[in-house]
Amino acid sequence: MDANGLIYFILFLLVAVLLAWPLGRYMARVFMGEKTFMTPLVRPVEKFVYRLCDVDETEEMTWKGYAKALIIFNILAILFVFIIQIVQGFLPLNPEGFPGVRWDTALNTAISFVTNTNWQTYAGERTMSYLTQMIGLAVQNFLSAAVGMAAALVLIRGFTRKNTDKLGNFWVDITRMVLYVLLPLSVIFAILLISQGVIQTFDPYVTAHTIEGTNQTIPMGPVASQEAIKLLGSNGGGFFNVNSAHPFENPNGFTNLLETLAILIIPMALVFTFGYLIKNIKQGLAIFAVMMILLVTGLGVAAWSESHPNPVIEKMGVAGENMEGKEVRLGTANSVLWGTLTTIVSNGGVNSMFDSAMPLTGMIYMFNMGTGEVIFGGVGVGLVGMLFYIILTMFIAGLMIGRTPEFLGKKLGPREMILAIIPLIITPATILVLSALAISSPEGLAGLNNPSTHGLSEILYAFCSTVGNNGSAFAGLSANTVFYNLTGGLAMLVGRFATIIPAIAIAGALAEKGKVPLSSSSFPTTGPLFVILVVAVVVIIGALTFFPVFALGPGLEHLFLQAGKIFS
Amino acid sequence: MKEKTSSKTSSIFQRKILLESFKGSFTRLNPLRLIKNPVMFVVEIGSVITTVLTVYNLISGSNFVFSLQITIWLWFTVIFANFAEAIAESQGKARAESLRKTRNEVIARKITGKGQVEEVAAPTLVKGDTVLVEEGEIIPSDGDIVEGTSLVDESAITGESAPVIRESGGDKCGVTGGTKVLSGTIKIQITVETGQSFLDSMINMVESAKREKTPNEKALEILLVGLTALFIIVVITLPAFAGYMGITISIPVLVALLVCLMPTTIGALLPAIGIAGMDRLLQHNVVALSGRAVEAAGDVDVVLLDKTGTITLGNRMATEFIPADSVKLEDLVWASLISSLADETPEGRSIVKLAKKELNVRGRDIKPPKKSLFVPFTPESRMSGIDTVSNKIRKGSADAIREFVKTLDKTMPEKMKKVVEDVSIKGDTPLVVANENGVMGVIRLKDIVKKGIKAKLQLLRRMGIKSIMITGDNPLTAASIAAEAGVDDFSAQAKPETKLEMIRKYQSYEQQHLVAMIGDGTNDAPALAQADVAVAMSAGTSAAREAANMVDLDSSPSKLLDIVEIGKEILITRGALTTFSIATDVAKYFAIIPAVFAVAYPELGILNIMGLSTPASAVLSAVIFNAIIIPLLIPLALRGVKFRSTSSVSELLGLNLLIYGVGGLIVPFVAIKLIDILITFLGLGG
Amino acid sequence: MKTLKNAVMVFAVFTLLLGVVYPVAVTAVAQLAFPHQANGDLIVENGAIVGSELVGQNFTGPQYFHGRPSVIDYNSTTSSGSNLGPTNQKLIDEVSQRIHEIKQEEGLNSSATVPSDMVLSSASGLEPYISLDSAMIQVPRIAKARGINEAEVVKIVNENEEHSIGSSTTVVNVLKLNLALNNLK
Repeated sequence: MDANGLIYFILFLLVAVLLAWPLGRYMARVFMGEKTFMTPLVRPVEKFVYRLCDVDETEEMTWKGYAKALIIFNILAILFVFIIQIVQGFLPLNPEGFPGVRWDTALNTAISFVTNTNWQTYAGERTMSYLTQMIGLAVQNFLSAAVGMAAALVLIRGFTRKNTDKLGNFWVDITRMVLYVLLPLSVIFAILLISQGVIQTFDPYVTAHTIEGTNQTIPMGPVASQEAIKLLGSNGGGFFNVNSAHPFENPNGFTNLLETLAILIIPMALVFTFGYLIKNIKQGLAIFAVMMILLVTGLGVAAWSESHPNPVIEKMGVAGENMEGKEVRLGTANSVLWGTLTTIVSNGGVNSMFDSAMPLTGMIYMFNMGTGEVIFGGVGVGLVGMLFYIILTMFIAGLMIGRTPEFLGKKLGPREMILAIIPLIITPATILVLSALAISSPEGLAGLNNPSTHGLSEILYAFCSTVGNNGSAFAGLSANTVFYNLTGGLAMLVGRFATIIPAIAIAGALAEKGKVPLSSSSFPTTGPLFVILVVAVVVIIGALTFFPVFALGPGLEHLFLQAGKIFS
Repeated sequence: MKEKTSSKTSSIFQRKILLESFKGSFTRLNPLRLIKNPVMFVVEIGSVITTVLTVYNLISGSNFVFSLQITIWLWFTVIFANFAEAIAESQGKARAESLRKTRNEVIARKITGKGQVEEVAAPTLVKGDTVLVEEGEIIPSDGDIVEGTSLVDESAITGESAPVIRESGGDKCGVTGGTKVLSGTIKIQITVETGQSFLDSMINMVESAKREKTPNEKALEILLVGLTALFIIVVITLPAFAGYMGITISIPVLVALLVCLMPTTIGALLPAIGIAGMDRLLQHNVVALSGRAVEAAGDVDVVLLDKTGTITLGNRMATEFIPADSVKLEDLVWASLISSLADETPEGRSIVKLAKKELNVRGRDIKPPKKSLFVPFTPESRMSGIDTVSNKIRKGSADAIREFVKTLDKTMPEKMKKVVEDVSIKGDTPLVVANENGVMGVIRLKDIVKKGIKAKLQLLRRMGIKSIMITGDNPLTAASIAAEAGVDDFSAQAKPETKLEMIRKYQSYEQQHLVAMIGDGTNDAPALAQADVAVAMSAGTSAAREAANMVDLDSSPSKLLDIVEIGKEILITRGALTTFSIATDVAKYFAIIPAVFAVAYPELGILNIMGLSTPASAVLSAVIFNAIIIPLLIPLALRGVKFRSTSSVSELLGLNLLIYGVGGLIVPFVAIKLIDILITFLGLGG
Repeated sequence: MKTLKNAVMVFAVFTLLLGVVYPVAVTAVAQLAFPHQANGDLIVENGAIVGSELVGQNFTGPQYFHGRPSVIDYNSTTSSGSNLGPTNQKLIDEVSQRIHEIKQEEGLNSSATVPSDMVLSSASGLEPYISLDSAMIQVPRIAKARGINEAEVVKIVNENEEHSIGSSTTVVNVLKLNLALNNLK
């Protein structure tokens, strides 16, 4: 990586903002039910869906009703995805004749896809039938993203509405999200990707006769359609085992650019959507600034770390960067950019193998996930997580200026505090508890692919990823065991619902309140001080939680590496 | 003056308070009591664990010196926290105790149904009793004066030595139990039940058992408990990770790490901050009847201020006589003088004063003409005056006088109409004087704006508080005064119910303001009951006092500003110490983590940026810092972080963040290093 | 009950739309508009598929450019990286073995440096590209094996240079190079 890499980062972020801003505006219009250029095309479909499903578009739900609908919808999805895996052996569209998936793997996978994690403990091409992939897993890529978005939308309504218990209609919200945003964008991205060489076919595998006279079986499949939503919806579940490092998922630098944009664009747009929905675009920009500062800082450290070769290997007479687990056609800058984006955004797709990255790079990735993926974050839930941090920040800031804390005109009392604290505490606590369990049990240690500090990182990363609903991995860890399937499943459920349910509950509490007028004694939440303060709170909470384990894991490994210590 | 008094008061209590607090620090170790402060409760559990381990080490003959030191400092941490709460409590308590003692010793002379006087103990008085209090006696309980006027020394409660006048009727009839009558004999009707007097509520407020936590305090406690839970998880899971890396961490070190990470500084001082805030109000001679009200005061963004007494001196002063065309100035002055002789209102007296000056008869006793009859002011006539043998003189508002001369088939001359208008436009009050011959002229009554009120209102504005002046004056007058004093808005020609309407309007869903007001009269009671922060003047009627949630013993209308400031200071102190507490964790991590890991992995010695001498000294230094920072910050907790008047809220926040946030990051690095040097020097660092 | 009914219906409708209609529609567009790309950029020589431009192959002959180390030996049905961490002895051992082999194969002296992409395994195991440097160190061996001038090989390499967005490493496609070499005759 060199100066060109830095210039590329800057240009990339610029392009992302230029795309995200109008998209954010468009999404705000969609969610307010306003007319957009898509309305003539989509509105009839939308109405048809409501009629078919007996959904009354105008009926609004209380926070409890909304949460109930969301939970029932998710339980239904988990059951469906679980059962279809178990019985796939008896179902059509199974040319390879795969048997039913083992129960623990099936359960983990069902939770994984419904919670927008896409943590995959199995090898897809040797486990799942086409039918399972299509109507089981792929559908969840859309729906889980829509559910995350719904959570964000409800929380935003909590801030904008006053003296009401009505928070919108869950079915309407997810339908609009899918029909107006996810589906059209997926189609566009899929076709762009196909034009660049990402495959899209239902044909069987192709056998090539190589010029050296051997045979090579080239896998096929409808990759592009899945690739698009996998990235747009912060899902990350790859068609192939190596995900977007595979040449058919990500053939060249241009597809890599498209795909990294796809990872970032909706989460970034949502921050602008937030600004438009609360009718205070400056507030959206302030939050954007917070996230951008954290993104750039993390990206900077990771890029710095990854631009140094492995000193041990360098001494052996190898020139160039640490290319282990990286694709040379993509290069280090693209790998680090992707790694940073996929971990801040809870995407989980990868274009390089994180297990082989430099220690501090891995630490930044874990930090991005461990702080709750609030730097733009997963579709919807990232903004939600950031709002939790903001509630916490505003609480302390409010006290420091001698006022009952408030944000966006809503007074923050004990109820909001408890609901914001729960996700902020439970998620890192779950990471630590499950990691500690894994690292001190034979079942947990059995999965390790690397020794010493790096083994610690492998386990820690696994739970950062599952609790954060990310799905990426230090993939050396063999996680397809009953132990990891169950602990991982638990981690994903906690990470998902300890965020979404408190968000809806806070929305309920906030919507019931009136709005306090802004006065000169209210702390301006659009200024630089606000930005610095929120950044500081995110970093400090993350640092205080993970300081000891990061010191023992990636931190110590970095020091070992500098000292030339190697472990077997 | 006030400062001096309070410092004198506190020096009297000093020794007793310290003694009491030391005792309290230990009685509070009772887990059943400490559990109310979850953070310190966890520290206590940690202390018990290390104590047991130390004893075990002692018996089993292994090295116990380190764990003993940790144990001692952990217990100190708890005791320091208890001490902070105890000392805050006993300050107010000592004052209340002495008052209670005074009151219990008082013998009341109760007037029985037959008009006889019976001597009873003060605490036996019930609502509705009437008592007689003479010169030099202590007033037995709260009540309203029903007969007589007296000079009352309220210093026993307020510490303010200047005596105040209390008299029956009107808005200065309220007296407080425990105060002393300096002159005059008064009959008082007791207005409170036994145990509900003002003194009793004061005593209740300072006794923490009866103190309910405010919403802000609850929310902060949730945050602190949340952080504590997170750090418990961090520390409990650490041995698993360390064990994987082949490191064993001893239990005392784990407990030490936990206690250092937990927000003990704020956890220890949190109760003290609230109690001390009440006490500070008390030092400002304000008794808060609920903690909630004190905090709400910090949030108030609209303040209703009575013009009279708060913004203006309260008394309009006569400054000019303007005669009608046909009237000689002396005649007007004379008529004004004799018609005002019996007028005891401040306006009346100022007319007399000015008239005497004009006529150059200062100091001479002017008597009204013989056989003349004073006509007092009534709300119906809206005039006062005098009926002499030869004439009738009246003074009053232009409207009233117009009516008066109309009955005499006279009209107000055009010139006078213009004078009235001119005076009004300037914000002054025209008082028209007339006799049976018609309008004689106009007295200009000027409302004098209080010195310093403009600055105070400016301060309010900078705090983001909107000030609204309530006045019965006409809009012109009101506007002029409002402009002169610099209030944000005003409500003219206000009727008693105007205040209530205004408060409701500002509190409405659309506006959602928090409103504060100060009131004294019975007709203020509904508004007081509606306001978020309602301050009654102690001299006010008991109805007003009952409706309020604070009582101002000085009966000073501008006290509202102090109350707002104290309310803010309580919150700021909490926020500042929370920030400080969390910020210090960074340094403690850098002390303890390398100490724990660097023995097995010298590479991690790089984290020992303070260069602490040994692992044991590093852990000890962090624990010692964590403990002694509590007593060091007790004065700050009791005094409160001052509310600085900055140009903007951001500046205030920035400043506090710099001091308590950045300070909290840096201070412990220095302090822990110094402690490390000291204990290494003493050879305690193993 | 209404909620459950809504849930089942919404779930069913979207399963159909997103699980069936969407991929089928995209496939239809792909096959119409970009049949070559959509079907894997397959290279056909003399009527036979010799491979995909995008999927790396395991070349071993001295007359061919060799690709990057692959932990799956370019078995394209099971893509994988090594997942070895930077402080893992196994990684160091493998790298040192590869350095040894390459130096021997390419006839490099012991103090020469080797490009990192030639000794560190790719993420997918199916990387179709190598860096320009890695191609260049192979030129002498190939020229020798084919009995042609090194300049001719270098020319082919230069003709096949590719640049990626966001990367300053010049890369060459191994299969394309080798096809070009075969087409020299």
